[in-house]
Amino acid sequence: MSLLNLHLKVWRQTSANAAGRFQDIEAKEIPDHASFLEMMDIVNQRLIEKGEEPIAFDHDCREGICGSCSMVINGRPHGPEKSTTTCQLHMRKFRTGDTIFVEPFRAKSFPVVRDLVVDRGAFDRIQRAGGFVTVRTGSAIDANALPIGKETADAAMDAAECIGCGACVAACKNASAMLFVSAKAGQLNLLPQGKPEKTRRTLGMVRAMDAEGFGNCTNQYECEAACPKEISVDWISKLNRDFIWSAVTEKEVSTGGGGE
Amino acid sequence: MSSVLDSKIPSGPVADKWSKHKRDSKLINPKNKRKYTVIVVGSGLAGSSAAASLSELGYKVKCFCFQDSPRRAHSIAAQGGINGAKNYQNDGDSVHRLFYDTVKGGDFRAREANVHRLAEVSVNIIDQCVAQGVPFAREYGGALANRSFGGAQVSRTFYARGQTGQQLLLGAYSALNKEISGGGVQMYSRCEMVELVIVNGHAKGIITRDLVTGKIEAHAADCVLLCTGGYGNVFYLSTNAMGCNVTSTWRAHKKGAFFANPCYTQIHPTCIPVSGDYQSKLTLMSESLRNDGRVWAPKKQGDNRPPSQIPEDERDYYLERKYPSFGNLAPRDISSRAAKEACDEGRGVGPGGRGVYLDFEESIKQFGQKTIAERYGNLFDMYERITGENAYQQPMRIYPAVHYTMGGLWVDYNLMSNLPGLHVLGEANFSDHGSNRLGASALMQGLADGYFVIPTTIANYLVGEKPGSVTTANPEFAKALEDVSARTKRFLNIKGKRTVESFHRELGLLVWDKCGMARSREGLTEALKKIPELREEFWNNVTVPGSGEALNQELEKAGRVADFLEFAELLCQDALDREESCGGHFRVEHQFEDGEARRNDEKFAYVAAWEYTGDLARPNLHKEELKFEEVHLAVRSYK
Amino acid sequence: MTAVTASLFRFYDSSIGKKILIALTGTILVGFLLGHLVGNLLIFAGRDAINEYGHFLQTAGHGMLVWIARVVIFGSIILHAVLTIQVTRRNRASREQKYGKEHTQVASKSSRMMIVSGLTILAFFIYHILHFTARKFNDYDTYKTLLDGHEVHDVYRMVIAGFSWFPAAAFYIIAMVLLCSHLSHGVASMFQTLGLGTDKTRPLFEKLGKAYALFILVGNCSIPIAIYCFNYPR
Repeated sequence: MSLLNLHLKVWRQTSANAAGRFQDIEAKEIPDHASFLEMMDIVNQRLIEKGEEPIAFDHDCREGICGSCSMVINGRPHGPEKSTTTCQLHMRKFRTGDTIFVEPFRAKSFPVVRDLVVDRGAFDRIQRAGGFVTVRTGSAIDANALPIGKETADAAMDAAECIGCGACVAACKNASAMLFVSAKAGQLNLLPQGKPEKTRRTLGMVRAMDAEGFGNCTNQYECEAACPKEISVDWISKLNRDFIWSAVTEKEVSTGGGGE
Repeated sequence: MSSVLDSKIPSGPVADKWSKHKRDSKLINPKNKRKYTVIVVGSGLAGSSAAASLSELGYKVKCFCFQDSPRRAHSIAAQGGINGAKNYQNDGDSVHRLFYDTVKGGDFRAREANVHRLAEVSVNIIDQCVAQGVPFAREYGGALANRSFGGAQVSRTFYARGQTGQQLLLGAYSALNKEISGGGVQMYSRCEMVELVIVNGHAKGIITRDLVTGKIEAHAADCVLLCTGGYGNVFYLSTNAMGCNVTSTWRAHKKGAFFANPCYTQIHPTCIPVSGDYQSKLTLMSESLRNDGRVWAPKKQGDNRPPSQIPEDERDYYLERKYPSFGNLAPRDISSRAAKEACDEGRGVGPGGRGVYLDFEESIKQFGQKTIAERYGNLFDMYERITGENAYQQPMRIYPAVHYTMGGLWVDYNLMSNLPGLHVLGEANFSDHGSNRLGASALMQGLADGYFVIPTTIANYLVGEKPGSVTTANPEFAKALEDVSARTKRFLNIKGKRTVESFHRELGLLVWDKCGMARSREGLTEALKKIPELREEFWNNVTVPGSGEALNQELEKAGRVADFLEFAELLCQDALDREESCGGHFRVEHQFEDGEARRNDEKFAYVAAWEYTGDLARPNLHKEELKFEEVHLAVRSYK
Repeated sequence: MTAVTASLFRFYDSSIGKKILIALTGTILVGFLLGHLVGNLLIFAGRDAINEYGHFLQTAGHGMLVWIARVVIFGSIILHAVLTIQVTRRNRASREQKYGKEHTQVASKSSRMMIVSGLTILAFFIYHILHFTARKFNDYDTYKTLLDGHEVHDVYRMVIAGFSWFPAAAFYIIAMVLLCSHLSHGVASMFQTLGLGTDKTRPLFEKLGKAYALFILVGNCSIPIAIYCFNYPR
C-alpha cells in the first residue's frame, strides 16, 4: 500500500441560494486502498479537527447500489472508472500530485442543498407520475401464471439496474433526464404486467420530466458513458417509440399525467 | 415468566393459526379507515410495503425516511434473493419445510407461530412482486428460476441478478409512489425521526428533524409503525449503509418499549476483509457465491505462499471437512465461526491474517469462466474494484462481517410492541429469525410484515381508538419538542476535541472485540465497564461543528452515535445474561468439545425482553417462554 | 379546442414531441439535399442537361410542383430552425452553473456545435436563395438560352458566373463543411429520435450518417471548386 498526496478543489456552498466557490484542500498521505469517499472522510476528519466545517456529501450504502453518492470528479460523474460509483472508486486510480476537482451534480433540476449534496427529488416526482404498475396488494395472480421469456425478463432487468443516482443528468451536456426516465418507463413498458398502463405511464412520466425543467436529449450519449450501471441508450430510443405510439393512441385529454 | 408480555399467539395447530387470526381479526369499515392516520418510519421493504398497502386500504399514511429518496433505504443492498415456498422446482419444498428450516436455522429461538405465518405468506410475496414488474430471473420457457441458498437443501430462492434487494425495494417503492400520487401517502424525505411521543401510555406520534432546514417538527397519528432496520452499525464496521442506526428503536425503548434479544447479531461469512484503519464499511459478497466457490485455508500456520502455490493436500477445505452434508452451504453463523477459528489458529490469509479463501478454480474448470461470469460477473467485478484482484485468476479472500441483527423491539403476534399503538416491522423487530437468520429470509420478512401482516393486524389496535383523538396540541408533544431541541443544543455546545466518528470507531472496535463472533464473560464484563466511560467522554469531549438550522451531517451522526453508545451497553448485558451459545450468539464458555455451540434449552428457551428502567446499567428483564409444538427442540446439526 | 388539436398541441409542447418534429423535418431536408445535389451535378453533364433539368423543375405539374416543394422545404426549414432554437435555449437553461472542470467522453465535436452549424447553414440558405433562386442583387434573371426552341433560364451560365466570384464560392464551401458536420451527427440522431436506434442499428446509422454527410460535402463542393479553381468548363 502506498500513500498519495493530492490537491483537491472542492465545491463549497452553504445553502441553495448562497454563492458557491472552489476551496483548495491538500489531502496528504491518503492510502491508495481507500475508496474515494474514505478519502473524503479522512479530509473531513482533519477539517473538523481544525475547527472547520466538513464537506457535505451524500452517501449511504457505499457498495454501489443505493445511488446516493453524487459527485462529479474531474468533470466526470462518479469519476474516471467505467461503470463504477464514487463509493466504489478507489484511490489507486489516482497518482500522487494529482489535482482533483470535486463538484456537485450540476443541473437546474438538481438544486444544490449544500456543498456536494443536491436535491434529486425530481426523480421521485417523475416516477410518481406513472412509474408503477397499478396492482393492489393481494390482487396478484400466481407468479408463474404469466410466462415471460428469458430475453424479455433479462432486457427488463437491464433497465431495472438503474440506481437512480442522476449521473446521466450530470453528464449530459443538456442536463437531460432521458436515460433515467427511459429506463424506468422502459422496464415496465416492456413487461406484460406494465402493458395496460403503457400510454398513461409514458405520457405521464415524460410530462413530469418536462415540468421539472430537464434539458432535451440530443443523442450525444454522454449519459450512457457515465452510467455506473451501463444502462443503454436503446432505452431512449424505445421511449421515443413508446411516446409516438402513446401520443397517437391517447384516448382522453388528461390534465397532466398519472399523478399529482 | 413475566405477566407483562402477552404474545397474543392464536390458539390451535401452528398451521392454522394465521388463518384463524385473520378470521378473528377486527375490521374497520372503509369510510372509517380514512379517518385514521398512521405514521410509518422508514421506507425500506417493510416501510414502503406497509405504507403502500395501508394506503390502499384507505388509511391516511405519513411516511418518513432520512435518505433523500425512499428508494435508497438499505434494503436496496440485499444481493442474493428472497425465499418463497412455491415448490416450482418440484424438489419437495413446502410451507412446512420453509417453516421448519427457518425455525431450525434460527437455532430454536424464534417464535413458531410467527415463522409459520412468514412461510405461509412467502408465496404471496413472490406473486405480488412479479405483478409489480420485478424482473426476477427466468427460464427460457418463461417460468421463474430458483437457486439454492445457505441453510436449505431445496431451491426456493428467487433472485434478480445480484441485486434482488434493489428490485424488490423498487417494486415496493413503485407501490408507494402510486399511493403518494393518489394522495393516500404523504412522504417526508430527508426527515429523521428523533423521538417517539407517548400519550396516556400509547404511541401517538413522533418528533422529526428536517435534515435540510434543521426544523424540528411534531407529527401526531393514531398509531406509529417503526420500520427502521437493524442496529448492526453499533459495530461501526458492518455491511450496513453508513446511515443505518438504532435511534428510532432506541428512542422507543427509552419510552417504554421492550428491546428483545439484542445479542442476536448475524455475522455474514462472505465479506471482503478489512484493508486498513480508514475503512468505513465492509462489503458483502453474496452468499450465493458459496454455491460454486469452495472455502479453504492453508493447513499450515503462517503459510504466506500465493494460493496457487499451495498444493491441494496442503489446503483445508474446512467446511466440507466439518459439515459433509451441507459443505460450503453451511449456515451463516457456523461458516463465520469456522473462518474465525481458522484465522485464530494462525492459518488466515491476506493482510493482518484475517481472511480465508473462496476458490472458484474447480467451478471454472467444470462450467467454464463464461458460465461463472454469467452467474456472478457483477460480484467478481465488484471484488476487483475494491481489492484490485482478479478472482477468476486467484481465489477471493473473504472474512465474516456484521450483517444483520435478529434482535429488535419486542412485538406480539400483531407486530405491536408492549407500548400500545407502537408497531414494529422488518429487521427492527425481533420475531422471526430466532438467533440466526437464514439467507434470503430478510427480504421475505420485511415484505411479509408490510404487505400481508400489518394490513390485517393493525385494525386490532385501531378499532379501540377514536380516530384523530390526539393532536400535536397535546402537551406531550411540546415536551418532546423541547427535549429534542435541548439535546440538539447540547451536542453543538460541547465543543470538545474529538470527532463523532472517532467515538463511533472506538465503540465499534470494542463491541466487535468483546461482543462479536465469540463472547466471554470476561470480555463482556470489560466492555460493560468501558462503554459507560466512553459515553461519558463523548458527552464531554465530542465536537459537532456547524449549526442546527441547516444540513449538518455531523449533527445527524452525533445523535445516532449517542444512541449507539447507550444501546451497546444493553447489547453486552443481554449477551452476558444469555449463558448459552445459540445461532449468532456464541459464548466461549458454552461449547462442545469440537467447538460446536452448546445451547441450553432448559434455562434459555425464552425471548429476553428488556425494559428501560431509567438506569442504563440496570435494565429489567422480562421473559417470553418459547414453546415448540411443531418442531422438536434438537441440537442443530449440519454435519 | 378539439381533442385532436389539443393532442397535437401537447405533442408540440413536449420535449420528445419537439425532437420528433425536428427529426421528421430533418428527414425531409436530408431527402431534399440528396435530390438537390444530384440535380446540381448535372452541371458536369453540360449546359443543356442542367438547363433542361431546371426547366423541368420550373414547369412540372404546370409549375405547381416547384411551389409545393418550396412550401414543404421552407416549412421544414422554418420548423426545424424554430424548434431547435427553442430546444437549445431550454438545454442551455437547464444548467445554470457550469462545471469548473468540463469533460467530454463520447460526444462528438459536431454534436456539440449543432446550433452553430445549423444557424450558419440557415444564413447561407437565405443568401443562397437570394443568390440563385430569387436572383436579387444580380442580373442572373437576364440569363436566357434556347432549349429545344424555347427560351429558358440559363442555369448553367448562372452557376458558373456565381461561383467565379471568390466570396460566393468561399461562403458556399464553408457552409458545406458546416452542413457536413451538421449531417454527420444529425442523420444518425434522426434515427435514434424516431425510435429506430438499437445496439445493432446504431453503429450502422452512424456510419451511414457520416458517409452521407461526406457525400454531400464532396458532391456539393466539387462544383465551386471546379469552377473557381479549375476554371470549369474550360
